[in-house]
Amino acid sequence: MTNVIEQAAAATPAKTAAYIRGLSDRAIAWLFITPAILLLLAINIFPLIWTIYLSFTNYKANRSGALIQSVGLDHYTDILTDPDIWNGMQVTARFVVSTIAIETLLGFGLAYLIDRKFRGHAFWTTIILIPMMLSPAVVGNFWTFLYQPQSGLFTYIIGFLAGVSPSSIQMIGDVKLAPWSIVIVDVWMWTPYVMLICLAGLRSIPSYIYEAAEVDRASPLRQFFTITVPMALPFIMLAVLFRGIENFKMFDMINLLTNGGPGSLTEVVSITLKREAFEKWRTGYSSAFAVILFVSVFGLANIYVKALNKVKQR
Amino acid sequence: MRAPTSALSVVEPSDLAKWIAGTLVVAYAVITMIPLLWIFATGFKTPDDSISYPPKIFFTPSIEGYCNLFTTRSRQTADYINALPSPTSACDRIARGRNMVVAGPSNYVPRFTNSLIIAFSSTFLSVFLGVLAAYGFSRFKVPMADDLLFFILSTRMMPPIAVAIPIYLMYRNLGLTDTKLGMILLYTAVNISLSVWLLKGFMDEIPREYEDAAMVDGYTRLQAFWKVVLPQATTGIAATAIFCLIFAWNEYAFAVLLTSSVAQTTPPFIPFIIGEGGQDWPAVAAGTTLFLIPVLVFTVLLRKHLLRGITFGAVRK
Repeated sequence: MTNVIEQAAAATPAKTAAYIRGLSDRAIAWLFITPAILLLLAINIFPLIWTIYLSFTNYKANRSGALIQSVGLDHYTDILTDPDIWNGMQVTARFVVSTIAIETLLGFGLAYLIDRKFRGHAFWTTIILIPMMLSPAVVGNFWTFLYQPQSGLFTYIIGFLAGVSPSSIQMIGDVKLAPWSIVIVDVWMWTPYVMLICLAGLRSIPSYIYEAAEVDRASPLRQFFTITVPMALPFIMLAVLFRGIENFKMFDMINLLTNGGPGSLTEVVSITLKREAFEKWRTGYSSAFAVILFVSVFGLANIYVKALNKVKQR
Repeated sequence: MRAPTSALSVVEPSDLAKWIAGTLVVAYAVITMIPLLWIFATGFKTPDDSISYPPKIFFTPSIEGYCNLFTTRSRQTADYINALPSPTSACDRIARGRNMVVAGPSNYVPRFTNSLIIAFSSTFLSVFLGVLAAYGFSRFKVPMADDLLFFILSTRMMPPIAVAIPIYLMYRNLGLTDTKLGMILLYTAVNISLSVWLLKGFMDEIPREYEDAAMVDGYTRLQAFWKVVLPQATTGIAATAIFCLIFAWNEYAFAVLLTSSVAQTTPPFIPFIIGEGGQDWPAVAAGTTLFLIPVLVFTVLLRKHLLRGITFGAVRK
């Protein structure tokens, strides 16, 4: 067997060759894993520790020469008693809950319809999936165009359907409509995501269960609620988990669509954080806020994953 | 192998059910495509047509949007323009029709190039590091493997703005602010979680027996990895790479906070394509169209692996 490997082996100096061959599996495992871990330590963990440190200080990034003083837990108590922060939390919660509710209903419905396997369903599924792959920032930007008060296509169609003048519809500027303007774009963009995961759930249900139910003369409605929904539930919950985390940290789309306005009606926590950190330059304060956000995401996700595992075990 | 269809096969929906389902799904797909088609069309409108009321579905196509996207123009007096030699390009002619002359290229091409360089380099790095780590986790008993894998995944849960605060300070101290290298490293770190999790799933599916057989034939572990496992994992690696590429291509939060001119990518640039009196919508639409086309192509290529990618390998069909 004269091949490249032998040539390579012959060309390698004896010492190196012996060294490479001598690498134990354990050495290779560490050799392979360490670079990735090191990069994460440098770019994720070290900054995180730095953030925690800064959160106890009065540091301001635009006055880096100033003396850094410890302020103890002041930032944390300030944040947790600040009504503006709680307003941001509420805006975020409303955004997360309403988008997830609509996306789950629509996404599951679509998945159920696609699972009827009509002709051309694969093609149309691909078409439906397109919005979720696009850049949220670019999407947020071009929706401001569709939302333009008079000339915007969206306002025109809604005005036409509702029989009101499209110049009276201010999706982004109106106090009542602005929270919906971000929900609509999020639903447009991410319903396909929920749909795709639900579709996998529906396809994981073996057909013999339905056949058995049919033999037992279970009505279609009953089959839907006793077979389809419970068996797809772990998948639906997975989709809710991912959407929940993503929308909790949502920044780019909202930043370009409403930038938190009007007032602070659509100011989700990421927008508040950006204002504190990069406009008011209250680095210490915003670091404390960042830590609180991270702990919240992490805690909620952990609780949710435990619930998810319970459902899976059933 | 198809399961035998018997008279009892009740799972197949009726023709009517299929027809209703098909109609509803197609209706949804068409409605959600309207915004994208509208943006595509707006790229070929004149600025006046783009904001006309009622919105124009039929219009005379113009390349003014694309001209404005790629050039900067300056307003001149009619006398000055009349004194110029005849226009050399179509864009020049359009600009002169509006009492302007083309002053030079816009920043779109440099920003687009930055996007390409940063996205491809960070993808290469994160897939390279991801392949190694995934193989390590897939084939060897790593102490605390579950904890390490969870740690890797958890880095993805942090809100980008929260991460950006210390990164901003760190990059300022290291001189990495507004550099391509800084953005490449950052995107690599963000994408590693995805690439390790996806690739581990793909490698778990390659039977260990292949490598064992190769090693019996005298291959070392590294040779077996290189000559047996990697070729088997090509599809998985390609799918993972496309996911990393799309993330880096689309990313906005880090880009807008950490870059300003030298290393700025396309997403933070597009909203600031300004014409006279506000955003130049045909130019914005043209820039958006060109920016989205690569992602559309990749989505079609990826369609079989999308599910895996968006769930970090948790759902594999």
